[in-house]
Order: sequence, then C-alpha cells, then structure tokens
Amino acid sequence: MTGFLDAIIQGILLGGLYALFATGLSLMFGVMRLVNLAHGDLIVLAAFAIFVVAERLGLDPFVAVLLAAPILFAIGFALQHVLLNRALGRDLLPPLLVTFGLSIIIQNGLLQMFSADSRRLRSGAIETASISLGGDIAVGVVPLLTLASAIAVIVLLNIIFYRTAIGRAFRATSDDLDVAQLMGIDVNRTFAIAMGIAFVVIAIAALYLGLRANFDPTIGPARLLYAFEAVIIGGLGSFWGTLAGGIVLGLAQTIGARIDPEWQILSGHLAFLVVLAIRPRGLFPRAVD
Amino acid sequence: MMDAGAARPTRVFRIETADRLSRTSAIIACIVLLMLVLLPVFAGRTLIQDLIFLFYMLALAQCWNLLAGYAGLISVGQQAFVGLGGYVLFALTLIGGANPLLAIPVAGIVSAALALPTALIVFRLRGAYFAIGTWVVAEVYRLVFAQVKALGGGTGTSLSPSVTSSVPGIEWIKTALDVRTPAARDIASYWLALALMAGTLAFVYLVLRSRRGLALGAIRDREAAAASLGVDIDRIKLAVYVATAAMTGMVGALIYLQKARISPDAAFSVLDWTAYVLFIVVIGGIGTIEGPVIGAIIFYLMQRYLADFGAWYLILLGTLGILVMLFAPRGLWGLVSERYDLTLFPTRRRLVVNEDRSQG
Repeated sequence: MTGFLDAIIQGILLGGLYALFATGLSLMFGVMRLVNLAHGDLIVLAAFAIFVVAERLGLDPFVAVLLAAPILFAIGFALQHVLLNRALGRDLLPPLLVTFGLSIIIQNGLLQMFSADSRRLRSGAIETASISLGGDIAVGVVPLLTLASAIAVIVLLNIIFYRTAIGRAFRATSDDLDVAQLMGIDVNRTFAIAMGIAFVVIAIAALYLGLRANFDPTIGPARLLYAFEAVIIGGLGSFWGTLAGGIVLGLAQTIGARIDPEWQILSGHLAFLVVLAIRPRGLFPRAVD
Repeated sequence: MMDAGAARPTRVFRIETADRLSRTSAIIACIVLLMLVLLPVFAGRTLIQDLIFLFYMLALAQCWNLLAGYAGLISVGQQAFVGLGGYVLFALTLIGGANPLLAIPVAGIVSAALALPTALIVFRLRGAYFAIGTWVVAEVYRLVFAQVKALGGGTGTSLSPSVTSSVPGIEWIKTALDVRTPAARDIASYWLALALMAGTLAFVYLVLRSRRGLALGAIRDREAAAASLGVDIDRIKLAVYVATAAMTGMVGALIYLQKARISPDAAFSVLDWTAYVLFIVVIGGIGTIEGPVIGAIIFYLMQRYLADFGAWYLILLGTLGILVMLFAPRGLWGLVSERYDLTLFPTRRRLVVNEDRSQG
C-alpha cells in the first residue's frame, strides 16, 4: 500500500515537470495556433544554455537560469518575428514543416557543439535533499520545487493573460485574428512577445529537466510528445487543464513503471490514447478547435 | 428582334486530363521503366543498391504526398507502418518460416488492418494535432516491438542468409546473369523495389485521375467547400490513410528484407522514414506527382555526396526544407510548372471548348 501511495505522490511530482514542458506549448497553441514540433528540442537547447552559463561563470543553475532567461526571451522574440510569423497562415503545412526543420537543425547543431555526451546541471546538496513524509515515503526537494514552479508559472501566466494589456492582446488575437488586427493590434509583435514568454517558460522547464536527470541533444522529441500529451489530456484553452494533463501523464508513467520499469513511457502514451478515445476534447476543455 | 441565345454559336465542351505533352511523357515513362527493368544486366552492384534506396524512398514519398498533399492528413508518424511492415516480414520469415515474397503483401494487409483502429483514435485530432498524434502512435509501436523478445527486443535481430536467399528467382538470376548470390539477392530486391515504386506511382496517378481523385483535389483546395458539394470527407480520408498505410507497410517489409537486420530504433525512426520523406516531397513540390520524383533524385544525390558530413548535412537539409517552404511553397516542380505551364502527369481536368459556328 505504501508503495502505491508513493507511486502516486512521485507521479504527481513528475507531472509538475511535464506541466512545465507543456505550458510553453500550450501558450503557443493558445495565442498563435502554432503547433511547434521543435518544442522538445528548444527545451534541450535551453538546458544547454543554462549549462553553459553555469559552467562559464561558475554559477549555480538556479542563478544561471536568471541570466539565461532574458537571452532566451530575445531568441524567442526574434525566432517568431523573423521566421515563424512568415510560416503562420491558413495552410497547416508551413508551420509544421518549418518547426520540424528547426527541430532537426537544433538537434544536430547541439550534437556538433556539445557531442552526444550526457550532461547534468549541478546544484550541490539540494539535488539529493528530500523531506520525509512519515512511513517509507519521502519526497525530493527538486521534484517538489518543480511542481511548485509549475504552479507559480501558471498563476503568473494567468495574471499576464487576464490582468495586463499584452494579455488582452493575446486573448484577442487568439479569439479572432482579423478583428484583433482591425482594433489596431500589431499581430507580429504580439506573437513575438508571446513566443518570448514561452521561451522563458521553456528556460524554467529546462532548469528542472537538467537538475532531475541527464540530458543530451537527442532527447528533445520525446519531451515534445510528453508536452503534447499533457496539453491534449488536459484539454485545450486552459493552463490549469495543462497542469492536470501533466499530472495524469506523470501518474500513468510512474504507476506503469511500478508494474514493469520498461513500461514507463509506454503507459504514458497509452493513457494519452485512452483519454483521446474516451474524451477527445480532453479532461478539462475550454477552447473549441 | 432575334433571340440573343440563337445568335450565340453553339459550344461543344470536352473535359480532358491528357494533352499531347502528357501522352509523350507517358511513352517516355514506359521506356524509362523498361530500361530500369533491364538495367541489372549492365549495371554494377553499387548502382543497383543506390537505386533500391532511391526507389523505396520515392515510393514512401508518393504515399506521403497522397496523404498530406491531397487528403490534408499531415502525418509525422508514417514510420509506424515502415517499422510494422519490416517486423511483420521478420516475424513471418523467422518465426513462421514463410517465404519473404509472400511476407511482403501480408505486411501490407497487416498494416492496413492496424491502420483502421489507429485512425479511429488519431482522426479525433485535427490538423496539426493530428501530426503529433500519429507520432505518438509510432512511438507506441516502437515501444511495443521493443518488448517482443522473440524478435530481439530492444536490440533487434537479423535475417539468416537462408531466408534472404529464399526469394524465388534468385537461382535463376544467378545463372541468367552469371552473378554470385549476394549480387543476385540485390537484383531481386531491385526488381521488387522497382515494382513497388512503379506500382505506388501508378496507384497514386490512377486514384488522382478517378472520381475519388477529383474529390481529393477538392479536399486539398478547400475542405469546407468540398464537403458542401457532397464529398464524404471522413470516408475518403480514412480510405487514403488505410491505403497509404498498406503501401508503406509493403515498402517497409522490402526495406528490411534488403537490410536483413532490424531494430526498433531504426525501424521506427522518425528521421529516416518521415523527415527525409517530408524533405523529398516538399523540395520537389507537394500535391503533384512529378514533385516527389524530382525531390527523390535531389535527395539521393545529396545523400550520396553529402551524407559523410553527418550533422552538418542534416542541418543543411533542415535549412533547405525551411527555405523552400517559406519562399517556394510549391517546391522545385512548382517553380518549373508555373513558369512553363507544364504538367507531365496531368491529374487536373481541363475544360476544352470547341467553338462550332456551323450550326449558329
């Protein structure tokens, strides 16, 4: 029984990581209807960026992410402004292909620069610290921080979306692009800012990815799939739904892994397919489309 | 005063797909096909092996073109059926003791049979979401086959030479062309690949020229309008998905008969069986028959001369794909055909008007 309870707690905490992966993707879906096939690779890219900043300046990853975040915001802004805005339109193929090409470029660019070696972000004692919950159950501090960060990111995003002028622009372009333009919203700039913010979320996701496990240039696509599954399981249109989706995915993987360690990833995918078969619009849908 | 209609000359309409150029190109295509059939008599083994690769990539590209370019089903998970076809061939020949030649069509049937339930789930996702959904399904297939210990689990397994040599006709090729067994094996694979490639091409061409092809073209141009004209979109999309899965599965079986070694990571590789295929179709020109042919030849040349550059080569491919998508979304063939108003394998119906004044 303790084992099962432990699996549930670890699953929820793992869900925090997947929610962080998924929130950036959910933001892009939501504002610019962009399905970003390079999302996972961007997370890995950000992890390498934090890694480099931390190594070069001898900083703790938690500090390095503060330096990397503005750089990543600028990269995201530029990427959207220069490249992705050109690809968006009525036709579905260009954004898919452009981000797919981007995925291949990032993966191989990272391979060329950093080789295929596994890396890890090092942050001293906090990595292995854990809090005992009585019985045999203990929770790691980093997984706990991951979930707390996911919740904090979602609260902040909701404040940006519902309390600020740029958030109003996000919602307007999301609801009706043409009318938003008629009202004088500079869509290109709005999208670029949204991508910049998504990149900051990606930086936070990358921090915990790198603290919790090894990473190398090839692991991006799998992270994209987890992020996508969390978004679809949760239902489009709400960040809290995405968090719930991440937790469902985390639970499915952790429980699957308890049955047989080789089934971890597979059980996550199967949970996603089951949700899709039973509730095609996700568990907590808000938006249509 | 005369009736306005009576003064107007009677017009005779005809609807045609072929023109003189396309009849010529059909004849040329037949000649090229015949030459390719006879090629092993003259060509060396390297060229034969290169052409096998070219043929199966082209067959995969035509399938993906039909799927994405016409039915609007942008899948990034076709590696599911390549891998499935390969594994069916291995299972039938290694465990079932079947002849590889029989295993290829069975691989097609199994792929089609599994495509149906797969479609039931992934078709719930629209557009771009569908794309990632198909990728998840391909991952599920990969992880499931990695669990099958009888087929080598995660590390994979090899075909014994006795299996690869049991393709009918190999003995005949050995005596007729005076070659050793490995070369004869390549020639048999070459003919199979040529047949599958030509069959896929002919299938796509005939489908597009049929009534269903008209519906597909309408779906490609605008789905809502096609639906309002009575096209049963879901049924046609399902049919295309299942048919391309069957063809992709057969090509997959052939690929792994030729490679004689399979592993889950290679057989369900998104790079090999989807990224390259996308590149071929997009560079050549999506939504045309000629496009993938040109794309496949360009890809083959790049693969042959640049693949040694490894990561840089892939970066170049990705960049080229992005540039073409942004600046020439109809691909290289699109540029040519727009400029010279050229179609070699026309699938569009053209209205031909003969003004006939004699009855006026």
